[in-house]
Amino acid sequence: MPREFTPKVVTASDLLEGDVIYMTATDGWSRDLADAEIITDEAHSQLRLLNAERQPDRVVGAYLADMLPAAAGPQPTHFREEFRRTGPSNYAHGKQETQAGSRG
Amino acid sequence: MYSYTEFDTAFLAERNAQFRAQVERRIDGSLTEDEFKPLRLMNGVYLQLHAYMLRVAIPYGTLNGAQMRKLADLAERWDKGYGHFTTRQNIQYNWPKLRDIPDMLDALAEVGLHAIQTSGNTIRNVTADHFAGAAADEIADPRPVAELIRQWSTDHPEFQFLGRKFKIAVTGSDTDRAVIKAHDIGLQIVKQDGEIGYKVLVGGGLGRTPMIGKVIREFLPQADLLPYLEAVLSVYNLLGRRDNKYKARIKITVHEHGIDDIRERVERIFDRLRPVWSGVDQDLLPELEAAFALPRLRSGSVAAYDDAYNADPVFRSWADTNLTAHRDPDHAIVSISLKAHGATPGDASADQMRLMADIAERYGYDELRISHEQNVVLPHVHKSNLPAIHAALKSDGLATANIGLISDIIACPGMDYCALATARSIPIAQQIATRFDELKIENDIGPLKIKISGCINACGHHHVGHIGILGLDRAGVENYQITLGGDATEDAALGERVGPGFSADDVIPAIERLVYAYLDLRKESSETFLQTYRRIGLAPFKSALYPRAAVAAE
Repeated sequence: MPREFTPKVVTASDLLEGDVIYMTATDGWSRDLADAEIITDEAHSQLRLLNAERQPDRVVGAYLADMLPAAAGPQPTHFREEFRRTGPSNYAHGKQETQAGSRG
Repeated sequence: MYSYTEFDTAFLAERNAQFRAQVERRIDGSLTEDEFKPLRLMNGVYLQLHAYMLRVAIPYGTLNGAQMRKLADLAERWDKGYGHFTTRQNIQYNWPKLRDIPDMLDALAEVGLHAIQTSGNTIRNVTADHFAGAAADEIADPRPVAELIRQWSTDHPEFQFLGRKFKIAVTGSDTDRAVIKAHDIGLQIVKQDGEIGYKVLVGGGLGRTPMIGKVIREFLPQADLLPYLEAVLSVYNLLGRRDNKYKARIKITVHEHGIDDIRERVERIFDRLRPVWSGVDQDLLPELEAAFALPRLRSGSVAAYDDAYNADPVFRSWADTNLTAHRDPDHAIVSISLKAHGATPGDASADQMRLMADIAERYGYDELRISHEQNVVLPHVHKSNLPAIHAALKSDGLATANIGLISDIIACPGMDYCALATARSIPIAQQIATRFDELKIENDIGPLKIKISGCINACGHHHVGHIGILGLDRAGVENYQITLGGDATEDAALGERVGPGFSADDVIPAIERLVYAYLDLRKESSETFLQTYRRIGLAPFKSALYPRAAVAAE
């Protein structure tokens, strides 16, 4: 029996800033994981990844990352993806700055 | 200090212009990422977990005030106000934007700094003893020869596409502060019958397969150095494996073929190269030696130092841990700790960098060093200036008195920044330092080196830590393995793995148990952790780390 497909998002680094970005359902890119398109079908995930790889002038190193669907948006299954979506733990830099800024 | 010549300056300008054009071609789509990656790596640019990272070379860890101030400017203008000093005596910026990097490189070039060969499969930035030129126990300053190697290896056409990266370290004294036994080539300046030469080690390295370097030549005359290095590199370039990245370092070549076989091959090529070597390097060496000559040290009373030492316990504590004997008894070597308890090891803010630059210019003959232990060194300070320096350092959180103690931890960036990491290292270092500061037993514990790596590549030198901590991913959870008994000095040894790893929450209490076990087990307070470990072995420490397993076995 084939293994159950773990839902995924397409993620990459932004070419100019290197920041972590996620592909949205409308073919855009967001810096916020909550905006990412959660993909529940394996064939569709490959198509979405191909779509990302066709944008070398926008993104670097696109790949599929495992996620769990949740009301608040996709949730990482692995701590590496948790750190990528949050930023470093020693300073409130990267996405944490943006979030603090948008809250303020 | 060595200043870049017109040739160096022109070379840097040309190289930076090339890179600027490469960045533009990447942005406009003319270069794919696969085409661009080797080009950016040749210029120290990585793409890390959250951003690009620029690694700037600090050749043999030597800087002047103007260069340190420029590093501060970069941190403020193009990064987030700080820089991270590394175990390779480099500085890394964690947040540059791709389009800004050519401007950063141009700014660095204004003070003779660059990022060339800080990455890629080439001969990397040459490292050296951070007390070079100042240490009381030194035979000769290793920096002139390190600079010679820099000039020889920079853009060397034969060695730009080696099977893997290649690291050379040089020390000028018997006390090894440059970890030469854990480098692809380690050089030790030695004297034989009054003649200066080099003991050459090859095939050391940490990482996935840690190895202690082996002696390939007991004594190499000074004039033979570059042709001999060229012979070693040639053998490696042809014989080293390219089928498997993890077996491509020269340590594996030496391990698989044996040191005698490698020596024979090197000597054969050396015999061919030596007679046709022009010797231009030996013409240059006296100029370099003059450039690195000891500054004219001032004389005068050191009473101000003695007075402060007797009157101020905080100053005394700092002087006892952070000063090292200078070759001139009226001077001292000052180690500035970048390990304030709870701070990120190796990080300095732009303000702190400027303060250190000011102090170096005012009191330190305009010299600074970066140590592989991620601290900053003022190599020459007249003792009468030490109280003023201590007060200035204290004003910006730079006077932590912990050099060589348990909180003076080496830690790689780990998964907080590094794309290769399997776990975080920085928070573990922060928590250990904070915990032992709370316990107030740091001075009682005495010399103890903890080194933490966030993956098997061992940038945090965990294999040679008295206590080594390796962060791994075990089934999707951070897990920390502990090794004991490693040593980075002339008595280099690889630590022994104690047992199963610990979770991020459990590793700090585990280290605490280990340290309390040492305090119980040591013969006297002067017996260090490493000495105790060597005397009694792993078993008692293992029982302390795994108390339940020890009870079950009884």
